[in-house]
Amino acid sequence: MRPFSYERAGDAAQAAARAAEVEGAKFIAGGTNLLDLMKLEIETPVHLIDVNGLGLDEISATDDGGLRIGALVSNTDLAAHETVRRDYGVLSRALVAGASGQLRNKATTAGNLLQRTRCPYFYDTAQPCNKREPGSGCGALSEGAFSRQLGVIGTSDSCIATHPSDMAVAMRALDVTVETITPVGMTRQIPLADFHKLPGDTPEQENALMPGEIITAVTLPAPVGGTHAYHKVRDRSSYAFALVSVALIRQPDGTGRVALGGVAPKPWRSDEADAELPNGARAVMARLLDGARPTEENAFKITLAERTLAAMLAEE
Amino acid sequence: MGAPIEFEIRRRTLVASSAAVAIGAATGQRSGAQSRAALTPSGAEDSTITLTVNGVEQELTIDNRTTLLDLLRENLKLTGTKKGCDHGQCGACTCTVNGQRVNSCLSLAVMHDGDEIQSIEGVGTPDDLDPMQAAFVANDGFQCGYCTPGQIMSARSVLDEIRAGIPSHVTDDLNAQIEVTDDEIRERMSGNICRCGAYSNILAAITKVAEEQA
Repeated sequence: MRPFSYERAGDAAQAAARAAEVEGAKFIAGGTNLLDLMKLEIETPVHLIDVNGLGLDEISATDDGGLRIGALVSNTDLAAHETVRRDYGVLSRALVAGASGQLRNKATTAGNLLQRTRCPYFYDTAQPCNKREPGSGCGALSEGAFSRQLGVIGTSDSCIATHPSDMAVAMRALDVTVETITPVGMTRQIPLADFHKLPGDTPEQENALMPGEIITAVTLPAPVGGTHAYHKVRDRSSYAFALVSVALIRQPDGTGRVALGGVAPKPWRSDEADAELPNGARAVMARLLDGARPTEENAFKITLAERTLAAMLAEE
Repeated sequence: MGAPIEFEIRRRTLVASSAAVAIGAATGQRSGAQSRAALTPSGAEDSTITLTVNGVEQELTIDNRTTLLDLLRENLKLTGTKKGCDHGQCGACTCTVNGQRVNSCLSLAVMHDGDEIQSIEGVGTPDDLDPMQAAFVANDGFQCGYCTPGQIMSARSVLDEIRAGIPSHVTDDLNAQIEVTDDEIRERMSGNICRCGAYSNILAAITKVAEEQA
């Protein structure tokens, strides 16, 4: 790990201003992903701004019947929150499908959205990776590469990494908004659908945040009802990243929402695919995964996504 | 042998791209490449913190890079907490911070100023074992023993977390009281790896304590 200086922030706007001002600075909250990457020198901040003292660890009701989740609410606390369990079951389910109990106690809501990909070529500093070292190439697209875990849609010739979060997939199905504050003290509301960027030619740019901008909360709209489910398919039954995951909210009339994890650089959902839900899993996935460009190793994810949704629809 | 040539090309593109990206963002989505430029810390590289470990207040000056795990093992010589993977994958380093289990390898000590830490040394003594320690002994919940401190710290928290109503991946009904089942325990212990494979005996030990506490 490279040496770094450290400060504790007491105010979100101030923290944002400091991050923009100090070159090579990064925020740290739970640290479960950042510290891992710092040990491997994939992340090499020279200054850390500890945001744990910002008082952003509350969950409160909003005026329009939704919930405002502070950026620092832990994954454990969010999954266990009474209203979340009752009205946003898909979110509780997705949270407890991710990581381990120890990690969920530390991992925060904002940190979960900002976590980096687990692509093996991003993690191996001896390999080329356009996300880690822009312009160096994509190891995952080299001949004979190991791409089984990687993305099938929304990817580019520069990068086929996936976003690893389960929480974000459920949040995409719930249409959440990300609240931020910029270094000049301006607040912004960014729909989660617009928060994560597709790689294109610049896979190192992963989200819509400006330099120094800090997430203060995530807002859930009023509950949409229906039955909620999150199904995660992985290589072992616990503590592994998704091959494919499906967040499903289904209304009694058969309409609903579907979001996919493990297949793309961001939680994957479309209105057109949602509209096909009454017509079954095949119809949904034909729309949702239209234009997919899988590798030979991960083409199975297309079939797996369809069969996972089919199994979920059959369960109800 | 084409390898040396490929390497040359990669090095050149790397240098060019590092320079280009260095003009970019200050934080947030910055890539590793940019920060590999010659930036240096803008302030002190060590810090003084006060924290309570197993009921004893400790004041220490540490390199900012020190993890909570290394603080326990190297600074305080509390070597009961083990370093397995050092990346949050094995659970051997599990301790509690303010009553919650965490991977101490993935937490910076400097971030625990004012916190209450409990490591395995704070749980029972050889003459007066904690019920979970006694149950691990009675049920042969280990072979080599390296993962055991982490398993015991985690197991104690698992029962607390079930009592607190925190759901898991295998909880059937998110809104009902959670029952202590084999599936619940196995799922909740999945962040603690045992390479000897003592899992069924670990499960038996935890079940025994859960039954005693019921």
